[in-house]
Amino acid sequence: MATDLRKKIAIIGAAETDTVGAIPDITQLGLHGQAARNAIRDAGIDKSQIDGLACAGESVVSVADYLDIQPRYIDGTSVGGSSFMIHVAHAVLALEAGYCNYVLITHGESGRSRVGRGGFGSQSATIPGQFEAPYGTFGPPNTFTVPIVAHMKKYGTTEEQIASVAVATRAWAAKNPRAMFRDPITVEDVLASRMIAWPIHLLECCLVTDGGGALILTTADRARDFKKPPVYILGTGEGAENMMISSMHDFTESLAFKNAATRAFEQARIDRSDVDHLMLYDAFAHTPMYGLEALGFVKPGESGPFFAAGKSAPGGELPINTNGGGLSYTHTGMYGMFALQESVRQLRGEAAAQLDDVKVSIAHGPAGFFAASGTVIMTNQAP
Amino acid sequence: MTSPARKQLPTPTPETAPYWEGAKAHELRLQHCNDCDKPFFYPRIFCPICLGDNVEWKAMSGKGTLLTYVLSARPAPGFEEELPYAIAIVKLDEGPHLMSNIVETEITPENLPAGMALEVVFDDVNETISLPKFRPAS
Ligand SMILES: [Zn+2]
Repeated sequence: MATDLRKKIAIIGAAETDTVGAIPDITQLGLHGQAARNAIRDAGIDKSQIDGLACAGESVVSVADYLDIQPRYIDGTSVGGSSFMIHVAHAVLALEAGYCNYVLITHGESGRSRVGRGGFGSQSATIPGQFEAPYGTFGPPNTFTVPIVAHMKKYGTTEEQIASVAVATRAWAAKNPRAMFRDPITVEDVLASRMIAWPIHLLECCLVTDGGGALILTTADRARDFKKPPVYILGTGEGAENMMISSMHDFTESLAFKNAATRAFEQARIDRSDVDHLMLYDAFAHTPMYGLEALGFVKPGESGPFFAAGKSAPGGELPINTNGGGLSYTHTGMYGMFALQESVRQLRGEAAAQLDDVKVSIAHGPAGFFAASGTVIMTNQAP
Repeated sequence: MTSPARKQLPTPTPETAPYWEGAKAHELRLQHCNDCDKPFFYPRIFCPICLGDNVEWKAMSGKGTLLTYVLSARPAPGFEEELPYAIAIVKLDEGPHLMSNIVETEITPENLPAGMALEVVFDDVNETISLPKFRPAS
């Protein structure tokens, strides 16, 4: 029976932009911001209390960044004019479940003046279009990668350590007949591969492939009636931080990663030592390093030595990216689905590189470079 | 300095126009919240810390340090003749950080240690746009 949600959730703030009509001096993103500010003031709430954000028409990450909040409930459902009713519906569930405490839902649209609106031919008026693109960013290889030198500077992380992520991942790919690249590689091979954006080489960049995946979920009691052993969701988390790589707060860590990871562990109520297997979305060799640190399996700065010691590789203490990852298995563009698939295979006991006795697996990854993040903790242990 | 026409250039909006007007005048102007007594970047219609309106544009010193970067070995459109080029995050002495290119020096990892001191220079790209870039501090 469904949870009784009657009278459980209420609206505490509501406001529009200062004016409506023609607003030629404020961008579309600014309109989201102004409406949000007015609702915050209407409620008399402190901005720092808002831990949930939903919007349509602009990226939920852009609105979060504009307000400088880092929500850990995000709903970017954008299906048209009634998206906001759907945001309310989701928010009711999230709030009732205690997943977050205050959800802000925003709308802003420069429909008449078309100021600072994304879309064909007008990207140069967006914030990233003005403050990043003119400096030669063309996509993930020279943008997603920008933070790693700050990590190297702060922690002494080396090019060899970063390269070792790709080496370990390839060792797993060698065990997976479906992987695109299966020949073993060394740190020397990685560092000798073509330079893409120093300190990142070709073999430290994900593949570009075609493919897909899907999941079906139901309630735990229903799940027992189906053919395959259930994989139970122990915890989930999400986070949003920056609309541009350059608006990250600290280039040695991702706040979106941390919020997603922290939320997921809070919900799962397990220790790191309970986790047998990790899938850390590897768009580039540095991405799983930030993931490992955000999830708390090593202290900040210790991911380089961890990977260099082979701890994630076959035979290591914490197997990571056992399908061969985005670096060697496959990477369609939005690889997160494949990370989830490998977690499920490991927990069912049907992976190509099957581990012994896997009870808990985590799939964690970025979205939009380090802009946002999601974490799912799964187990095969029945409730 | 000039840049090939193929490079993407900024289209200022009412919220960002003072920044680009400042750049045209070879001044790095950021918004400063008088209530928080802090500058912030990128431009917004209110202070992102307190959401307040007591904000004014102020000239920064143009001094900063190199936080992080990549040396792009592949070009965005218009950057074909500049390989490799440094896409850098510069932390201004006043606090905020922003993306820019490093210029007027040898573009190698050895020559660009994170933490090095930088100063702003302006690349007059065309009649209306000057891009703030950074070189090693003199
Ligand atoms: Zn302020």
